[in-house]
Amino acid sequence: MLPTCVAMVLFIAIPIVSIFVQSLFIEHQKPSIEIEICDPFGCKKEIGVDVEAYAALNKEKPLGRFNGFKTYIDRNHLAFKELNEGWINSKTFSEFSSIFFNLPFYKALIFTLTYTLFVTPFVICLGFIIALCINSLSQKIKGPIIFVTILPMIVTPLMGSLVLFWMIDAEGIIGSTIQELFNDPYLSLKASTKLTWITLITYGIWHHSPFAFIVFYAALQTVPQDPIEAAIIDGADRWQRIRHVVIPHLYPVAVFIALISMMDNIRVFEPILGFSAEASAQSFSWLIYNDLRNIEVMNFGSAASTSILTIIMVGILLTPVLIKTWREFGESR
Amino acid sequence: METLADKKSKKLLIINSIFIIAWLAIAAFPFIWTFLGSFKVREDFFSRSDWWYVISGFNTIIETGGRYTLNAFREAWIEGEFWYAARNSVIVTFFVVTISLFLGTLGGYALSRSPYRYAYWILIAALVFRAMPHITLVSGYLFPFFQLNIWGILPTTIIVLVAINQPFTLWLLYSFFKTVPKELDESGMIDGCSHFQAFRYIIMPVMWPGVITAGLFSLMLAYNDFTVTAMLLSYENHTLVPKLQSYLGTNQHEGNMMWAVSSVVSATAPLFMVVMFFQKQIISGLTTGAVKG
Repeated sequence: MLPTCVAMVLFIAIPIVSIFVQSLFIEHQKPSIEIEICDPFGCKKEIGVDVEAYAALNKEKPLGRFNGFKTYIDRNHLAFKELNEGWINSKTFSEFSSIFFNLPFYKALIFTLTYTLFVTPFVICLGFIIALCINSLSQKIKGPIIFVTILPMIVTPLMGSLVLFWMIDAEGIIGSTIQELFNDPYLSLKASTKLTWITLITYGIWHHSPFAFIVFYAALQTVPQDPIEAAIIDGADRWQRIRHVVIPHLYPVAVFIALISMMDNIRVFEPILGFSAEASAQSFSWLIYNDLRNIEVMNFGSAASTSILTIIMVGILLTPVLIKTWREFGESR
Repeated sequence: METLADKKSKKLLIINSIFIIAWLAIAAFPFIWTFLGSFKVREDFFSRSDWWYVISGFNTIIETGGRYTLNAFREAWIEGEFWYAARNSVIVTFFVVTISLFLGTLGGYALSRSPYRYAYWILIAALVFRAMPHITLVSGYLFPFFQLNIWGILPTTIIVLVAINQPFTLWLLYSFFKTVPKELDESGMIDGCSHFQAFRYIIMPVMWPGVITAGLFSLMLAYNDFTVTAMLLSYENHTLVPKLQSYLGTNQHEGNMMWAVSSVVSATAPLFMVVMFFQKQIISGLTTGAVKG
């Protein structure tokens, strides 16, 4: 009666094992061969890649050669060696931090964390305010308003970010208005790292707030009326009522939203493509994509190592929540 | 019912309305803008001189004679082979929804009736899998698929999407079946039904609201997916979203930018329709996990 569990193990657990295995390997060293190249000025010997031998080698051992955990610590991943050297050689802290931020893995780490840490609280706040406002409207106009509110969420991130990108583009409506306002024809939201990050974070809030709104909105329907009336009789104003009655009631819901939106934000990827922000903002998902997008040269080993590191990160983030649910489950039995 | 708590001051009402109108504008304006722009030529939608061209269609009138033109749509659908991508999308979405509902219903029902502790572990595993970035899984699939020579075709992609979709469907249907009273199928079994008969004749008639909700979410996932379809499908087999992205890569060509604009509009339109019809189910689906769990 549990085919779904079999399916889940087959299709989700096995790939994880597969990336782990892949991450231990690296592409073969290209076997070299001496080739004689002759042109009208004489012949010279050059060392080139022996294509046939390389193909044969790949066919024999498609995974590549065994590399152990070395991929994890190379320059593109944890880069222990570079960090260590940087630490020893740099005199000031800023010098070290510039080395730190130029390593792709840490660059992505910083962006992903910044994005997650900024977007999640804003989403919760904005979603809560929208839910409060819409909840106080009359029943008749609620339907259409909710429909419009959830639009940013149901559109796939790539399209949503494109739609915004076309508007903030130097030739789009917002972009050109900003240029006019600051009287600077070269001002572009794409130009600086900071502005790109702000754009991406704003996009994230725009995209995720509807989700928080829906969940809060549904939870608001379950707020008991009795304590609110009691609070009114005791002389609490509207703000005090929200602060002391509604918010404590919604607290568990807020935790749930925080959890889900953190899961979603940590895999931020499509907006980076949509805003063509690869140069200044990279996330883990983008690093993996970048390793795999060229069919001719796919860095399976590198992509797999990044994947494993990402999974470990997600695991660390989720642990407190899992422990909490485990305790609650134990109590409820 | 007018309770004491519902009475509000006029000032608050005004602030409230202003805020909502501002939010609605932020939420809807980009889509309205793109929709309007898609019926124009490129020089109007991306005009340096005057953004009002998007509405007045200054260059559109010069180039085509009318204020609105369907050129972008026509070119994207026919020359850009968007119709083929649309066909692929329909196939993928249909199969993903059907298969994941079939598995999810059986699994969710079984879990909600299971007295054992492992049910909890399966649900937790589902939650953890839900947290995995999709692309990490894709990178796991890619290599074996290449070796087995099943990369780039629709069936494998459908299977992968079903797998990615499964945790969420399972959670959703699990919490839905929890709300269906146990006594219902127990009474059936006392009357001599087998497990499967109880499911077929007692649970199936009442399960449709939950199944429709789960189906809508599977539909949105399969239709909207970019990561999986872009990586696992060969260029000819691309679905709508990766196809769209491929138009962007070649934006030196003048027309292609408008192809992308018009295909964004054509791809979002059906989605908006679906959401308009099933808004209630989507909202109830998103909240079952939160409020009841």
